[in-house]
Amino acid sequence: MNVKTPGKDPYNIIITGVGGQGNVMASRILANMLVEKGFDVTIGETFGASQRGGSVMSHIRVSRMGTWSPQIPEGRADIVAALEPIESFRVLARYGNPSVRVLANTRPIYPATVIAGESSYPELTEIRELIEKLSARAWFLDITGEALKLGNPILSNIMMIGALSALEDIPLDREDFAKVIARTFPEGKREDNMRSFDLGLEMMRSA
Amino acid sequence: MSYLHEMKEGDSALLMGNEAIVRGALEAGVKVAAGYPGTPSSEIIEGLAKAASGLNIYVEWSVNEKVAMEVAAAASFARLRSICAMKQNGVNVASDFLLHLVGSGVRGGMVLVFCDDPGALSSVNEGDARFFSRLMEMPLLEPGDFQEAKDMTAWAFELSEELKQIVMLRSVTRLSHASGKVTFGPLSDAEGVAEFRFGGDFLDPDEGLMASFPVDWKHRRQQEKVARAREIFETSRFNTYEGPERPELLMITASGCNLYCREAINSLGLEDRVGLLKLGTTWPLPVKLLTKHLSSTDRVMIVEEILPFLEENVKIIAAERAREIGVKTFFGKSEGVFPMMGELNPDLVMAALVSAMGIDCAPPCPEYLETARRTASVAAPVRDQVLCPGCPHRASFFSIRRAMEMDGRRGFVCGDIGCYYMGIRPSGFDAAKTLHSMGSGTGLASGFGKLERFGMIQPAMSVCGDSTFYHAAIPAIINAVHNNSNITIMVLDNKGTAMTGFQPHPGLDHNIMGEEAPEVNLEKICRAIGARVEIRDPFDLEETRETINELMACPDGVKVLILRQVCALSPDRKNIRNFIMKVDENICLGEECGCGRFCTRVFRCPGLIWDKEKGKALIDEVICVGCGVCADICPSQAIRKEEAAQG
Repeated sequence: MNVKTPGKDPYNIIITGVGGQGNVMASRILANMLVEKGFDVTIGETFGASQRGGSVMSHIRVSRMGTWSPQIPEGRADIVAALEPIESFRVLARYGNPSVRVLANTRPIYPATVIAGESSYPELTEIRELIEKLSARAWFLDITGEALKLGNPILSNIMMIGALSALEDIPLDREDFAKVIARTFPEGKREDNMRSFDLGLEMMRSA
Repeated sequence: MSYLHEMKEGDSALLMGNEAIVRGALEAGVKVAAGYPGTPSSEIIEGLAKAASGLNIYVEWSVNEKVAMEVAAAASFARLRSICAMKQNGVNVASDFLLHLVGSGVRGGMVLVFCDDPGALSSVNEGDARFFSRLMEMPLLEPGDFQEAKDMTAWAFELSEELKQIVMLRSVTRLSHASGKVTFGPLSDAEGVAEFRFGGDFLDPDEGLMASFPVDWKHRRQQEKVARAREIFETSRFNTYEGPERPELLMITASGCNLYCREAINSLGLEDRVGLLKLGTTWPLPVKLLTKHLSSTDRVMIVEEILPFLEENVKIIAAERAREIGVKTFFGKSEGVFPMMGELNPDLVMAALVSAMGIDCAPPCPEYLETARRTASVAAPVRDQVLCPGCPHRASFFSIRRAMEMDGRRGFVCGDIGCYYMGIRPSGFDAAKTLHSMGSGTGLASGFGKLERFGMIQPAMSVCGDSTFYHAAIPAIINAVHNNSNITIMVLDNKGTAMTGFQPHPGLDHNIMGEEAPEVNLEKICRAIGARVEIRDPFDLEETRETINELMACPDGVKVLILRQVCALSPDRKNIRNFIMKVDENICLGEECGCGRFCTRVFRCPGLIWDKEKGKALIDEVICVGCGVCADICPSQAIRKEEAAQG
């Protein structure tokens, strides 16, 4: 692995979001792309009841040394990819550290308590400031907005993978993505996914 | 998961624990698989079904776990290898048959896979089903990683055949739903020929009766099998030790905790001081192996989730052998080192190790984490689980709650598990006031309905889902009818076992193998039992509410109201919007209306949000699925629905 941070094994990625955003699918695709590169990958995730609009989180551990715990220890995340912006905070509160990097989709999904007026959702500018304070580097992309232009907000998760592939220290590349989605999706859906991947990558490069 | 039977010997892949179990069963040449859906176990039967057509395997979703075990046992009696799979509380449902099955023994290798859910991530209980192995005197295996999930499953069939006894294999959420690297063995090419032999002496295990009778004879054989299993386990390759010959501390663990222990030892650099005994065979315990390792040190830490099952069984051995091995200091649950509930994780194991070893180890970046926690507590409002946008149950519970309020006698709903558990939460309008096991709401209502003579005037109702109806509610309805209990039962029929991933059930016209299947008609069953049956579309709020009020007011007998509407997440419905929803800003009076933001404060559909700037309701186009129900709740009729173009 071209990991630039030396001694980082396992390398810990967390993908977070809200049930229904395709978190599990994103973590599987990402993990299988890394398997294509010859890494031993362990994924930890919960689903079931958590699909019902709750917070969801996948832990992806990338190693040359075999299987790791499917739960990352406290303070040990290297990258946090948030499909919903405030979910970053829940992850950073437990797994963050001063050198963590965060890639956040800016489109909110309001919790029921916010919709009901019982709690408030922070403004995007505030979210950005707080995430920037809690990370070594942060990127904010309107991924869902672009996915809507493509015609389907569910493609946000694939765009997130494309965006992550712009980071140099994780060897995620387009060819591996193509291989993995060829196994994962029926032919008719592959083109949309390739376009989403490319768009995510492009958004990140121009961010 | 079709690739599970296409992968060749020596290939590796990233597999979920449940997929590894599927592959293990395929390598063992399993012929029959049966189960009932339940998170985190459902992918096992689903995975076997995907492989079934290419391999001549029979797979079914059975009506409940007990019948699933009976179906799998029949195959074993006919000398085929069989598997049944369920979640932890499913073993309770199957346990009556299991108690007798362990007496009769089996013929073809038979494996019961159960998936515990420490931390109740997808359950309303934290049952620890390992205890069944000791209670029912049968062997228990616990894989410690993904590779073992495959290897041990395959071996469990051999063990079962050697012992002529069913073997339990336990997984947990963090193995079943986690993924890791698995290297494949060869698929079995054994042909399965089914024959049930019964012509021999009636005590002959291969050609006699399959029964737990005569009990004294069969119980003795059963205990001999446990003793034999113990011998086999003494040298099992699934019990491994890593560490120094005489460790300062011996850790004993099993299952997913194996990975937490490894990470903790590795992170703290304790490889030369701490030994890790990972057990794959956890009942009966290999006494000689444990005696050997317990002799190597005076300090023993036992790491497992939920109850101290392993811990107590190890302590019994330590007490029995105390003269030989000396007195031990234990670090376990009884000592308060680990909790008797919830999940463990690497941090909890590390903290226990740091304390037991008296080492100085500061957690990483405590100040950062303190700041991050404070930030999250302010900037990340709680995200309570909710019914999905467009969920028919939101509409059903909304009408139920309104009907109860209009009825005015403080009526209540006895709830059920699955998505219906939301009935006890604000998303289900707090309509349900009890929540236990599958079908229990209806049994409880049947009981409440008989309390009139003691002065109870509150009308009792129950809800259950369509799959639960077949699984466990039918006997409760029969009970209520026969005992003349005055109740209303609402079957929220969303056409599938939705919570666990749309598995088919007996009310549908197809089965898991993708074949057409006779539909066992829900309303006909209820009518045949003698209940009054009404069927409504819950999306018609007013008619549903009126019907519930009428049924509540009906003074006698059992009333069944079927509220039928396909689940919003159903593959049959997904991505099809019936309506394009819009809030007419000219009509919505917002905060000025006097409705108190009824649509967002009370109805709480995630697709209907509040525009802070305008002070008016707003449809979130990303979230809304266009069910159209909210158009009927706005007192000003500001929420508009337009038929969506289909295509």
